[in-house]
Amino acid sequence: MDQIQLTIDGVPVKGRKGQTILEIARDNKVDIPTLCYHPRISKTGACRLCLVRVNDAALKTSCTEPATEGMKVVTDDEEITNLRRGLLEMLLAEGCHNCLYCEANGDCKLQKLCHRYNVPEPSGEFPRHERVVDTVSSKGLRRNENRCILCGRCVKACSEIQMLGVWNFTGRGSNANLTSDMYDRIGDSSCVMCGTCVQLCPTGALSFQTVLGRGQAWELKKESSICIYCGVGCKIDFYTNKEGLLVKALGNEDGPNEGHLCVKGRFGFDFVQSDKRLTKPLVKKNGKFEETSWDEALDLVSSRFSDIRKKSGPDSIMAFSSAKCTNEENYLMQKFMRAVIGTNNVDHCARL
Amino acid sequence: MTNSIREIPVSEAFLIIGSNTTENHPVIGSMIKKEVITRGKKLVVIDPRRIEMAKYADVFLQIKPGTNIAILNGLAHVAIKENLYAGDYVASRCEGFDEFKKVVEKYTPEFVADICGIDDPSLIVKAARILAGAKPMALYYCMGVTQFKSGVNGVKSCANLQMLLGNIGVAGGGVNPLRGQNNVQGACDMGALNAVYPAYQPVGNEEMRDKFKAAWKPAFDLSMKPGLTIVESLNGAIAGDVKALYVFGENPVMSDPNQHHVIEALEKLDFVVVQDIVMSETAQYADVVLPGAAFLEKEGTVSNTERRVQLMHRVVDFPGEAKDDWWIITQIANRMGASWEYTCAKDIFEEVRTVTPSYAGITYDRLEKELIQWPCPNEQHPGTQFLHKDKFSRGLGLMTAIEYTPPAEEVDPEYPVILTTGRILEHFHTGTMSRNSRVLHETVSEGFVELNQNDASNYNVEDGDLVAVSTRRGSVRLKAKVTARPKPNVAFIPFHFVEAAANKLTIDALDPTCKIPEFKVCACKIEKVHM
Repeated sequence: MDQIQLTIDGVPVKGRKGQTILEIARDNKVDIPTLCYHPRISKTGACRLCLVRVNDAALKTSCTEPATEGMKVVTDDEEITNLRRGLLEMLLAEGCHNCLYCEANGDCKLQKLCHRYNVPEPSGEFPRHERVVDTVSSKGLRRNENRCILCGRCVKACSEIQMLGVWNFTGRGSNANLTSDMYDRIGDSSCVMCGTCVQLCPTGALSFQTVLGRGQAWELKKESSICIYCGVGCKIDFYTNKEGLLVKALGNEDGPNEGHLCVKGRFGFDFVQSDKRLTKPLVKKNGKFEETSWDEALDLVSSRFSDIRKKSGPDSIMAFSSAKCTNEENYLMQKFMRAVIGTNNVDHCARL
Repeated sequence: MTNSIREIPVSEAFLIIGSNTTENHPVIGSMIKKEVITRGKKLVVIDPRRIEMAKYADVFLQIKPGTNIAILNGLAHVAIKENLYAGDYVASRCEGFDEFKKVVEKYTPEFVADICGIDDPSLIVKAARILAGAKPMALYYCMGVTQFKSGVNGVKSCANLQMLLGNIGVAGGGVNPLRGQNNVQGACDMGALNAVYPAYQPVGNEEMRDKFKAAWKPAFDLSMKPGLTIVESLNGAIAGDVKALYVFGENPVMSDPNQHHVIEALEKLDFVVVQDIVMSETAQYADVVLPGAAFLEKEGTVSNTERRVQLMHRVVDFPGEAKDDWWIITQIANRMGASWEYTCAKDIFEEVRTVTPSYAGITYDRLEKELIQWPCPNEQHPGTQFLHKDKFSRGLGLMTAIEYTPPAEEVDPEYPVILTTGRILEHFHTGTMSRNSRVLHETVSEGFVELNQNDASNYNVEDGDLVAVSTRRGSVRLKAKVTARPKPNVAFIPFHFVEAAANKLTIDALDPTCKIPEFKVCACKIEKVHM
């Protein structure tokens, strides 16, 4: 492996040939601010926030600049700070960023950086274009382009991860804006609502329909699980609010899905907290279900199984186990049938 | 899968057969699309419908449902005839080649094109040359290969082709079934099957019986007689041999073929217990319904299509008095004389490790930090990225000479259209989960039948018209979706919708070996409903 050595802010660090300055910095826990960079998509170099000084001279975008042997990198100095603040000021001025009304409040990369660099309120001297606000056309996604900073992450999420290419830029200069296929509204496009663009959006320009009004970013708790749908086994971070309600699902980068999800993994979790859920054991009496206690239900099941086993033999009892349940539960079900009932009559829907 | 999802970038070509990958395994679908679209990898798609993947294919073979074996034999025929196959690999690592060669000899492109309903036989030659010319080539398949009376032979034909082309036991190659449920792999691994203990150890083997008897300490000898499969047990119920049924997290009324037959069986049973999260169509026929836990309320492990074992964490609390499913099973077992002392899922997993050699090296602690695919025989073992490296698990790879056999029910003047069934992107299986999730339900809220434009005009049907689709087993009414997707004379119905249940129509013909039902092909008729 071609190892190289360089210094970042005076500290010697090691990297591999071909890595960018930003990648080596992140590997070494050095924080360089970024907006358009995301490890899952190709490098853009558009936002310029990751500027660093190389060899005491030129300013380079660290997300695109390859690191070389002996390179001396400075990630922050007065000029860099001023440049970053200026860039952020322009981004703020160009849109309409009112955090009070924004789904991304507390989870917005732009908001964080404006805070970090103490960016003043926009003066109003820059022209501001009203852009598309489309919160109804798609069942899953909302779009408020007045919060868009044209970083291009959604465009690349769709064309490089989902491989559909719904999003693109249209117009030039200060008229540049997003388009979904050739339409203004996402709902009219070929979008399949995988939601990867929303997951990668650094601001509140794109958001999920399910999030608004269900708790703010800092109130949410996160825990990982595995998607319940197909056999790919996507790892998902599920977010719940203070009341324990499920709010959103983000693809986890460590799973086989590498952060990606489909529409089912993204939005298919409501059933867990649906009011159709069974909450008490039920016993059928005279053709009607009646609620009962666990003790009564379990006693009934075990005594009926025992009776039937005694009268008609263990092979008269059958169990359908489940491909929707865990390994532990399936193991227990087959053990129950084999070692307690005494039959190999156990199967599940592998064939269906 | 013999191979791994992360090997997709290593493959030089892909053969997708009987898998609507972008709708049913979308994340893998996107990964394959990326290789084909941006890196110029080769793609051959074989399917009765012009699915999205067909758009990106170098060759798309639109075959009649139920003719997979013929087309796979046809590809092998060309590879052998033009000497494009991996001769050294076949000679050193496989057996059965001579008989295989003899059988595929008659599967000329013209012969196959006739069986499969392909207009241009030269497409088969072109596809074979592409697949044989790129190494490694990965074969992906799904229920469009397996859900036939000849399903097992379909899978063997996939393996034949990959052995012939030398693509098994190499990174980026393989025979890769895409599992349709998040833990169908694990449920099989754990022995939730009628003839095997965990890790596929046969129940009919004395050594295995003794091993599990020692581990489980039952009050009696473990049975060595293979049990019933789902469909067999329903037949058994109707015949009066099966008296009681414990249904755990399944919905056979919706998911099994020939719905009337399933309901008849459930009504005949003396005692039915359903353990589920909602009052499913099946639960209506239960004597006792036990409220179990949904996936986000559980801790435990699941195993994905690439044999990767992953941990689930508890995200939300149980509603009301619902309980962990392992707790419920344990309670019933202990009331029937067992003395199980599990306190959590991890306790059970520790026992699984002791009797399941392929899982022996996997621990919860390792799963928090590591990517592990079974077989993983000990705690120092890194797991297995792809199977059959250097030699096949059985020694030599067995090539099986297989003849094409037609489906159980062919079209006739009364039922002139082939009906095939499957899933769509927004919904899943019997709909109990996806139809109770708002975004998914609002996006697609009702069932439909996909009809080819030609067929639609023959029946004087326009997009959105109500039609009746009938087979010898039943009839449903749904809206027509007129598209260019299905092959002419093929209709497709997704099986998610209880109000237009596809499985009122499907046939319960079974594969003789593995008992999979022939969901993918039966004969139907289409009639416009005049309102």
